[in-house]
Amino acid sequence: MVTRIKFQQNLDDLKERLLIMAGMAEQAIQRSIEAYRTRDLSICEMVFQSEPVINRLEREIDQMALDLLAMEQPMAIDLRFILSVIRINADLERVGDQAVNIAVRVREMGAFANIELPVDIPKLALLASAMVRKSLQAFIEADAELAQSVLKLDDQVDEMNDVAFNELSALIKDRPDLTPQSLNALIIARNLERVGDHATNIAEDVIFWVRGKDVRHQGAAVSSQMAD
Amino acid sequence: MGVGISVEHLNAWYGTTHTLQDINVNLPANHATALIGPSGCGKSTFVRCLNRMHETNPIARATGSVKLGDMDIYADAQPVQIRRRIGMVFQRPNPFPTMSIYDNVASGLKLNGFRNRAVLDETVERSLKASALWEEVKDDLKKKSGASLSGGQQQRMCIARALAVDPEVLLMDEPASALDPVSTSKIEDLIFQLKSQYTIVIVTHNMQQAARVAENTGFFLNGKMVEFDSTHKIFTNPKDKRTEDYITGRFG
Repeated sequence: MVTRIKFQQNLDDLKERLLIMAGMAEQAIQRSIEAYRTRDLSICEMVFQSEPVINRLEREIDQMALDLLAMEQPMAIDLRFILSVIRINADLERVGDQAVNIAVRVREMGAFANIELPVDIPKLALLASAMVRKSLQAFIEADAELAQSVLKLDDQVDEMNDVAFNELSALIKDRPDLTPQSLNALIIARNLERVGDHATNIAEDVIFWVRGKDVRHQGAAVSSQMAD
Repeated sequence: MGVGISVEHLNAWYGTTHTLQDINVNLPANHATALIGPSGCGKSTFVRCLNRMHETNPIARATGSVKLGDMDIYADAQPVQIRRRIGMVFQRPNPFPTMSIYDNVASGLKLNGFRNRAVLDETVERSLKASALWEEVKDDLKKKSGASLSGGQQQRMCIARALAVDPEVLLMDEPASALDPVSTSKIEDLIFQLKSQYTIVIVTHNMQQAARVAENTGFFLNGKMVEFDSTHKIFTNPKDKRTEDYITGRFG
């Protein structure tokens, strides 16, 4: 016999709302990278316009979660789910912020010549976006194993960011005239590295929800062992 | 000070109905242990086996071992002795309606032959202070009947009555289920304070109450203890799917 029908329906609504938020945050990142690739300022504008919508969704989802905590006194897996949603919600809002930060840099870069830089931002973006997508897929399917695979990708993103930092620092030293473009690219790489961190947080929250294990701040290898 | 209770292979029957099936558990001293589970799961029977109340029903019987410290209460002691060491508080307060507050609290001692007025006075005051009722009734101890108190006060008076015989364990069978939220909070605060001196076992249908007051929680279902663990573990990440289904309200 199915019980707590209204509560279950509210949990489903909460999940659905978070997925709408996730779709918007993911789209914002993809658009910001597309703007970087094409230097198309109209795409930057779309990213800016999405920010208040994402912020509004964040508040709505927090309110829904708060209501459920207050009215339904959830326990065990339900409690972990709602706590995870609250955390994922905050991470998605920050993914949206990173997209805005990237779009701001792209707009600044528009004032300078579009030169070839020794950093593969689209590749870094592809990996960071894949992390976000996988972590959200893990959330949709309540798949802790898939979430674990995201944790391992974070080291790759960090490494690519380090390489970008070294290459662009060297370029600034060798070609001071390219400092503005190099600095903007460096900040974009850093923004994408942060997107990877948020995806990692989301994956850790999925593991907490599904398995009840807190694997945060353990490093990828330890976290993977703990999540088993 | 409280003592721990160790239960091994406890089985209980009402007539031919096997209401408790092979229960094995240790209830640590000076801790509150909550027992949860749906109606008819055996949790109240379990509590009644801990002080041999179960066998007061002529068709009821129990086998197995229940040790209070080193003493097996089924092998080494008489039920009356046991009930002095293990007090009990019931769902509905059960004052003696014609007795004053004082006589209600002192009744257990008087039944045990205590007549010394000074000792009785001291015990009544200590017990009412321990049950957080003293300040509310100290001026009317002998003037008012126990039944004239509010429901929450009556329940605290019954707790005082149980404490007056100086038990080591306090069994509470849904002690706050008939009380309003304010009285419930007082009982819960009381449980928190009493833990330092007594071992407490509380049966409750209120999951939040179990989470608030108990260090350990046991989940009963169909006469079996499905899971026993720290309350934190039971309410955040239980091992057994049946426990999870029950505490998340999906049981049925």
